[in-house]
Amino acid sequence: MANIPQKVVHDYLRHDKKFPHVWCAGCSNGIVLGSIIRGVASLEIDRDDVVMVSGIGCSSRMPVYVDFNTLHTLHGRAIAFATGIKMYKPHLKVIVVTGDGDCTAIGGNHLIHAARRNLDLTVILINNNIYGMTGGQASPTTPHEAIATTAPYGNIEPDFDICKLAIGAGATHVARTTAFHTQEVQRMVVDSLTHPGFSLIEVVSACPVIYGRLNKKGGPSQMMKEMRDNSIPLSAVDKLPPEKVEGKIVRGTLIKEVKPEYSELYADLLERVSAMGDEE
Amino acid sequence: MSKAKENTKTAAPKAKAKPKAKATEAEVKVPGPLEELEQKHERKNVLMQGNEAVAYGALDAGCNFFAGYPITPSTEIAEILARELPKRGGVFIQMEDEIASICAITGASLAGAKALTATSGPGFSLMQEGIGFAKITETPCVVVNVQRAGPSTGMPTSPSQADIMQARWGSHGDSPAIVLYPDSVKESYELTIRAINLSEKYRTCVVLLLDEVIGHMRESVLLPDLRNTRVISRIKPNVPPHWYKHYDKDQKYLSPLASYGEGYRFHVTGLTHDALGFPTNKPAEGAEMMARLRNKITYNIRDLVQIESHQMEDATIAIFAAGITARSAKAAVAMARSEGIKLGLLRPLTIWPFPDEAVRKMLQDVEAVIVPELNQGQFIREIKRLTRDKSEGTVVGLTKVNGQMLTPNEILSKVKEVM
Amino acid sequence: MKNYEIRLSGSGGQGLILASIILARAAVIDKRHVTQTQSYGPESRGGSSRADVIISDREIYYPEAMNFNCLLALTQEACDKYLFDLREDGILIVDTTYVKNIALAADNTYELPFTDIAIERLGSAISTNILALGFLVRLTKVVKEESLATSLKLSVKPAFVDLNLKALEIGYDLADQYMSGSKK
Repeated sequence: MANIPQKVVHDYLRHDKKFPHVWCAGCSNGIVLGSIIRGVASLEIDRDDVVMVSGIGCSSRMPVYVDFNTLHTLHGRAIAFATGIKMYKPHLKVIVVTGDGDCTAIGGNHLIHAARRNLDLTVILINNNIYGMTGGQASPTTPHEAIATTAPYGNIEPDFDICKLAIGAGATHVARTTAFHTQEVQRMVVDSLTHPGFSLIEVVSACPVIYGRLNKKGGPSQMMKEMRDNSIPLSAVDKLPPEKVEGKIVRGTLIKEVKPEYSELYADLLERVSAMGDEE
Repeated sequence: MSKAKENTKTAAPKAKAKPKAKATEAEVKVPGPLEELEQKHERKNVLMQGNEAVAYGALDAGCNFFAGYPITPSTEIAEILARELPKRGGVFIQMEDEIASICAITGASLAGAKALTATSGPGFSLMQEGIGFAKITETPCVVVNVQRAGPSTGMPTSPSQADIMQARWGSHGDSPAIVLYPDSVKESYELTIRAINLSEKYRTCVVLLLDEVIGHMRESVLLPDLRNTRVISRIKPNVPPHWYKHYDKDQKYLSPLASYGEGYRFHVTGLTHDALGFPTNKPAEGAEMMARLRNKITYNIRDLVQIESHQMEDATIAIFAAGITARSAKAAVAMARSEGIKLGLLRPLTIWPFPDEAVRKMLQDVEAVIVPELNQGQFIREIKRLTRDKSEGTVVGLTKVNGQMLTPNEILSKVKEVM
Repeated sequence: MKNYEIRLSGSGGQGLILASIILARAAVIDKRHVTQTQSYGPESRGGSSRADVIISDREIYYPEAMNFNCLLALTQEACDKYLFDLREDGILIVDTTYVKNIALAADNTYELPFTDIAIERLGSAISTNILALGFLVRLTKVVKEESLATSLKLSVKPAFVDLNLKALEIGYDLADQYMSGSKK
């Protein structure tokens, strides 16, 4: 994997305009941003051709800091905006940065339909298991029995498996890793950007200030260690006894298959219609 | 008494083409569907449905992106564009809901498309947040709302004019509004073109309100000459990227608009933002953004407002009505005139911004004003605001909310009651 | 000429909306002003159905027929519902296949079993609408027959043009016979 120097990452940031950023110390969002930039830089994609779209939430603040075409939209709607951009200018690389609440609660409908269409979007879902920006309310991925400000007696709801949801809806590239595994994030970003179809990467992340405090997870480094120790690569799953897999975050590419991509199908449709016109 | 000429649409002169505008794909004029129809039928008069006129008006104005969700009574617009846009290389996409539809057209517009969606009440309600986003980010797009009786699911196939206030105030947070309201099939065609033109010129979401009856009725339409149809496209920046300000202040707040993928790499956010588009919490910058949104309407009000004055020059009683109700009113005017009653009609084609000046002036000398509308009294609030000097009981509403049109007789009876 | 108001009424599935569109388009070909409206909703699924066509030499304001110059009623229900809005000098055309009682005697009433005739002469009831439209147009002369044929060709699928042109002709003949007193 291409080793992208920090200097290059800096070159992609709007450091003269919008820093310091809003994220708390110990937040994973900056790590993920770095990995996205390294992924784009290693592919040598012209940054004029990259559009970063986000919704509302902590992770959705990302676009403002990076020197791409950037769009910070409404809560839950990033994928719908991205669909408009991609369909009008299919040559653009459209990256959606979103969170667990943004993408699977209020925006769940757009997620499943974009996945169903297999539209060539790169969705990077930073899953911190909580609504951070509004101060710690339960999200669809808040673990069962975990504490949130709207689940003060412990969350009684089961949580979403986001990757299974995306696969079930028809996504053709789905991967999961954690913010601790930055090289893996970068590799998955590259895989995703080169995959011709709907791609979702779930990056399990740490929110030490809100989720961590509510659930007594220790500080940022403690949570980093947990991501390291509590996750296993997909390749190890079959080799380990079931009790060692139970409750672990499984990292890896969960599905990667090539199926007809939506904007290409639309281009084919245009050709067919145009041929019909010629016949008349 | 009003100086407005009989039956003239008193509009400000048409906007001049911006010399700065670079030709874009959207500006290249290809023969429109009406022209094709014309050639096919070898005549200039065609029978058209209102929704059909909206679809063809959109195409003739250069609309090349439609995202929508099926809803009665607007569905024909989506169906026609699903058939016609691919023939012209445009994009049609049926989204998962109306929220996705407004978001998709806004995204497409930021990528450079002339984008439109069509819906009805329930969908229009769902779109309100997205409409606010298009307005605060100053992204051109058009929402057509073929109104149906409400609230909620209401009567999906019955006429209603109950979304007048929603079109103005539906989105939270005090946003500006440009809303057009045709009264015929032909005007549906014309005002769709105008809605797209205004959205491009003023960089905002323009709403076209249609009455169900107009959306579904067919009329003889005398085709306009497409060679004389003005198509306005957004001004593109002609400065190097590092000079570009997405919300530049010059030209009466009408600043150039770059598209994604053209090297400008700008930021767009629904947060209150500065001239570059970056979020800000500074009171002065927030105030400036709000002033900008407001001023681009108020500074250009003469370009935006269109109002028809029908038999008003000697009128002692005036009707104020829009859309299908204005047609009932015109029939009532004809009936009244045959009985010697000096009745006239004021009909706004632009309902927001409200034509304050014209209405105030034209209603100054009449003895009474009747405001018939298919809702429980929305226009009348504006008319009462503008006629405070008139004595009690001379500004009278006439409402109907049973899913039926107001008939000319009902309006005439009201006139006689007030006389 | 003042507005000429026509209401075509019956039940959903009888093709009245299509007939009204063909009539309206013929008026357009005649370079007249025209509006065509219809009842939408549950009624287009088998319930009562109506379509209005107003034809005029000047701008038409109110698009719904209020006092019909001509009422075509293909069902008893439609006849009962709309008869009272027919002008005194208006023309009533009823399909006696379904309309058995006429509540109010109009001066100009034309009664024929259009549906039965369509089944007998064309093999099915499907063209009853066009047959009745032909009768109506020959009788009222509200549009040029040449325009009506052109409009029909523009409005129906190519496979159905011949059948419908034949139905028009039958309608014309029936009107001629009726007017010459040999309707039976």
